[in-house]
Amino acid sequence: MKILVCISNVPDTTTKVRFTNDNTQLDTNGIQWVINPWDELALTRALQLKEDKNNSVESVTVIHVGGKESEPTIRKALAIGADDAIRVNAEPTDAYFVASQLAEVIQQHDFDIIFAGIESSDYNGAAVGGMLSEMLGMPSISAVSSFELENDQVRIIREIDGGKETMTSQLPLVVVAQKGIAIEPRIANMRGIMMARKKPLNVVEPAEKDSMVDFVDFELPQAKPPCKMVDPENVQELVDLLQNEAKVI
Amino acid sequence: MAILVYTEHWDGQFKKSTFELVSYASKLAEMADAQTVALSIGQVDEDNLRQLADYGADKIITVNQANLKYLDNQAYTSVIQQVADQEGADIMVLAHNNTGKALAPRLSARMQAALGSEVNQLPAELDPFVVNKKVFSGKAFANVKLKTDKKVLTLAQNSFGIYENTQEPIIENFEPTLSDEQIKTQVTDVEKHRDKLLLTDAELVVSGGRGMKSPENWDKLNDLANELGAALACSRPVSDEGWRPHEEHTGQTGKIIAPDLYIAAGISGAIQHIAGVSAAKYIVAINNDPDAPIFEMADYGIVGDAMQVLPELTEALRKARS
Repeated sequence: MKILVCISNVPDTTTKVRFTNDNTQLDTNGIQWVINPWDELALTRALQLKEDKNNSVESVTVIHVGGKESEPTIRKALAIGADDAIRVNAEPTDAYFVASQLAEVIQQHDFDIIFAGIESSDYNGAAVGGMLSEMLGMPSISAVSSFELENDQVRIIREIDGGKETMTSQLPLVVVAQKGIAIEPRIANMRGIMMARKKPLNVVEPAEKDSMVDFVDFELPQAKPPCKMVDPENVQELVDLLQNEAKVI
Repeated sequence: MAILVYTEHWDGQFKKSTFELVSYASKLAEMADAQTVALSIGQVDEDNLRQLADYGADKIITVNQANLKYLDNQAYTSVIQQVADQEGADIMVLAHNNTGKALAPRLSARMQAALGSEVNQLPAELDPFVVNKKVFSGKAFANVKLKTDKKVLTLAQNSFGIYENTQEPIIENFEPTLSDEQIKTQVTDVEKHRDKLLLTDAELVVSGGRGMKSPENWDKLNDLANELGAALACSRPVSDEGWRPHEEHTGQTGKIIAPDLYIAAGISGAIQHIAGVSAAKYIVAINNDPDAPIFEMADYGIVGDAMQVLPELTEALRKARS
């Protein structure tokens, strides 16, 4: 069984975002780039599955659409244990473009399980995994918070509004992962970092694909008025404010 | 021309978020001089279906087929597309919840319709069709232009409001072309959190962080939540420690919520936590550290010990309401 994990390269979650060129572009100065948190959890789970000898997972591959500057992030995925990596050498313009590029490459391989994080922490589109599954004509299960393999059968828990469903599926399958699929993302150790340098990172040139949306410009949220402080000895005042000023209770 | 809105139900019942979604679709239809067509899959009785017309649905299409009992993303996408084609729908609207996130991108790829995800308002005009959405987990907003003729939108929950606009609806049944072989996923077990106010639906939320010191202290939060009729939430360290179930984790990698009121007790307000609650209309912070970043985000703040403040607040509310 072969597993593929789609990874996105995003600013570290503590980044203070700024924009340049009339607010049309992200100011990348000083940004630390990391594996998208949900993709990192999915990758962690894929590696656990491979290490569990009860399963017959042959390999865990990661794939990414991005320029050469994203290679440190891909190497990090290799350092924590992925066997090999594919980089589609294109600037990601929107989710549809990224999913199209991924589909193009995936069609030339035979992966049984494809993981994607439920969203990326940059553009929060929650789109690539779903689009990809449709382009590949594969089933997909979204909001997956638990993933088990038993005799090459999948046992999945997905979160629904107000509960959980236990599921099975035919393979190949696209698994759209959320929090819970793994608890803590894996951290690379020195041996992993050394080994990652020798692991294959295959660069493929992009297919001709269009995007369907343009990011016109960005804006920062309006500054909040300063917090009104209430004396801890007088919580009655807070109740008054919530009832008469905010009118939320 | 029509706007198609996919209206999810829970055991035959719609929620306020469904009515918000229909309100949004019908305002969009007004802009486009189009019909609002609501699609409901599964068993919903007629009285409940008619509720959709109170918020502007001109036509309600029902699909009842045994093999659609559970959400199969491929099958549901196919049904929505078949109905959209029959109705000549150019814009498809879904909720930005787990179901909408599962279906909208598939529908977008299937229909070559640009996806506007987690939109929070109507576009200013139809051409160019530009929608506003949160990006960088709430640290910024983007204006996104959808370039194709057909479009799929998912609406951010609690972003638009509910508007009555009563119509006399046409109700029709639709028979999709869908064989059992096309359904490749199966649900084997369902676990529902019964009688529990759903965090993402709640208008009022009471939340605790590490400053609550131990899981035993949660009864103080619980009392306040009961008094308010609020849902409980928590910060990431609290769910990682196992003090509270991970369903309650609110933040960038947990639940993203947009209640009217969010009361944060003993939560310092790390940027990842704020990402999950920044859409709350009002934030109250209770923290003993006056320099905690949560006070920069809060509308109202109390510097004090949550263990003392919470029971007093519960008591003050009880008095104010009696």
